[in-house]
Amino acid sequence: MKSFKEVFDQYSWKEVQASIAAKTSVDVEAALASLHRTLDDFKALISPAALPYLEQMAQQSHQLTKKRFGNTIQLFAPMYLSNECNNICTYCGFSFDNKIRRKTLSTAEILQEINEIKKHGFQHILLVTGEANHTVHVDYFLKALQIIKPHFSNMSIEVQPLEEEEYRTLHKAGIYSVLVYQETYHKDKYRDYHTKGKKSNFYYRLETPDRIGRVGMHKIGLGVLLGLEDWRTDSFFCALHLDYLQKTYWQTKYSLSFPRIRPAEGVHLTDHDIRDKELVQLICAYRLLNENVEISISTRETESFRNHILKLGTTTISAGSKTNPGGYAVDPESLEQFEISDERSAEQMATVIAEQGYEPVWKDWGKNF
Amino acid sequence: MQKLTIADKQFNSRLFLGTGKFASSTKMEEAVLASGAELVTVALKRIDLETETDNLLSHLQHTPVSLLPNTSGVRNAKEAVFAAQLAREALETNWLKLEIHPDPKYLLPDPIETLKATEELAKLGFIVLPYIHADPVLCKRLEDAGTSAVMPLGAPIGSNKGLKTFDFLEIIIEQSGVPVIVDAGIGVPSDATKAMEMGADAVLVNTAIAVAGDPVQMSTAFKMAVEAGRMAYEAKSPKQTNQAIASSPLTAFLHEKF
Repeated sequence: MKSFKEVFDQYSWKEVQASIAAKTSVDVEAALASLHRTLDDFKALISPAALPYLEQMAQQSHQLTKKRFGNTIQLFAPMYLSNECNNICTYCGFSFDNKIRRKTLSTAEILQEINEIKKHGFQHILLVTGEANHTVHVDYFLKALQIIKPHFSNMSIEVQPLEEEEYRTLHKAGIYSVLVYQETYHKDKYRDYHTKGKKSNFYYRLETPDRIGRVGMHKIGLGVLLGLEDWRTDSFFCALHLDYLQKTYWQTKYSLSFPRIRPAEGVHLTDHDIRDKELVQLICAYRLLNENVEISISTRETESFRNHILKLGTTTISAGSKTNPGGYAVDPESLEQFEISDERSAEQMATVIAEQGYEPVWKDWGKNF
Repeated sequence: MQKLTIADKQFNSRLFLGTGKFASSTKMEEAVLASGAELVTVALKRIDLETETDNLLSHLQHTPVSLLPNTSGVRNAKEAVFAAQLAREALETNWLKLEIHPDPKYLLPDPIETLKATEELAKLGFIVLPYIHADPVLCKRLEDAGTSAVMPLGAPIGSNKGLKTFDFLEIIIEQSGVPVIVDAGIGVPSDATKAMEMGADAVLVNTAIAVAGDPVQMSTAFKMAVEAGRMAYEAKSPKQTNQAIASSPLTAFLHEKF
């Protein structure tokens, strides 16, 4: 069966990296002036040569986003169902080798969390877990969805990669979108970061969006964990992935997230950090490449950064997030996946959004659709 | 100006508005009032049917507009019929803007599913206004299926590109037995005027107003533009020609004296 692997294997990391580094201001200006931007234009826009053009990129990104998405920003809340995990990922607080208390929410606990989240007005929810296939599997998800569905208009998941049939089952049970980040598209580095567990299989993860696309899921979320490798090259591969998926599963919507590595239990930061202005550059470059992809900004980012990035291409944000299972009501002190940075409540965030001239949108789907 | 009749309703205004993309519901309400529109579309998926104080709806309650729920988000006829029934129940109207765009990139309408859904919905007693390509044959097929109007696009939704489908809109207008509402792509008031001068029965505008720096002023401009275009159409403007009409070189001999 056709998959992204065939496309991916035609590229070499080193060559892509070199071609991005070779971009000049002439390439950037051509990309900025182009009406139909290509992946090659994207390389120019994420290259160091584009940094002096950041204001122009931001202006265009702002206009394009406004034209497509209007003056609106959608809000959602993540709900962590479990921090059990059999993978060892050197950057993650849930990593198997972290000797911490593990928790998977029971039916009653899920209801407690729902009640708390609903108080803030959320209608869109993202369900998150680690990867513990013996306890947190499709049957667990189905049971959880049964409880959650009546309370929310739109449900997404960010869980371990699943089989196509499992995605089909979850889609039928009401899942609207699935988020699965490749973390890094650097094959060898991927193995270094994911030393044990099912997640260490690079290609199984790489082909996950294909399995999701085949079942007709409404939306697929992609991303790179920024900080693991050279963000420019990684982002090119992510853009290539997006381009392939959009052409192949043309009835599906896509969203992008930009997780930067945050401090977490047992995590050692790397030397591939992405600076604020580079993250702005990256977000704007994606928007200039793709007018219709949704761009989601999480509470990993600071208050100040989130306030400013709202106008530069953002379509969706989370707010008041807890990144530990039971974090809203059941067990606020359990281990988080990462430390959030923007601690403002959903209500505060909605006010900030409105002050910037945007309508905070809580509902853009129906559970009966 | 002649009134516009669609199914059992008469409209003084030939400008319909979409209610999405505004910076706030208050801004939306002001723009709707300034436009003089009597029919506005609302996306069913945006409305919270479980509360009685849905933000969007509560801002429209005080205006003299009728609601035209749309099925935005559905991907096939089956989902559209289901959404239509939800809308009818929740909003107590059998009017429906049928939107089936399975392509989330350009939001282009699926002609096959749209025709199927129109047939079914018309049988169920809906007043169907389907969003479609500017496809003259599809318009006639929809008429046969019982549609109450057709809503061909000028250009992709939200593109502000104007009447890219001009030549096909002309054919549709010429042939149509139901009102023709030009939907999507209208970017500036002059596009709306052009559509009305051509003989379109109404236009639907959303992005061009919602995203304008001053939505209220823009919606006033559209009101005037639509009225100007319609008045010109009713005044029967002389047809344009591409060249001056020459004296009659081929038949002049008939006037010559032999």
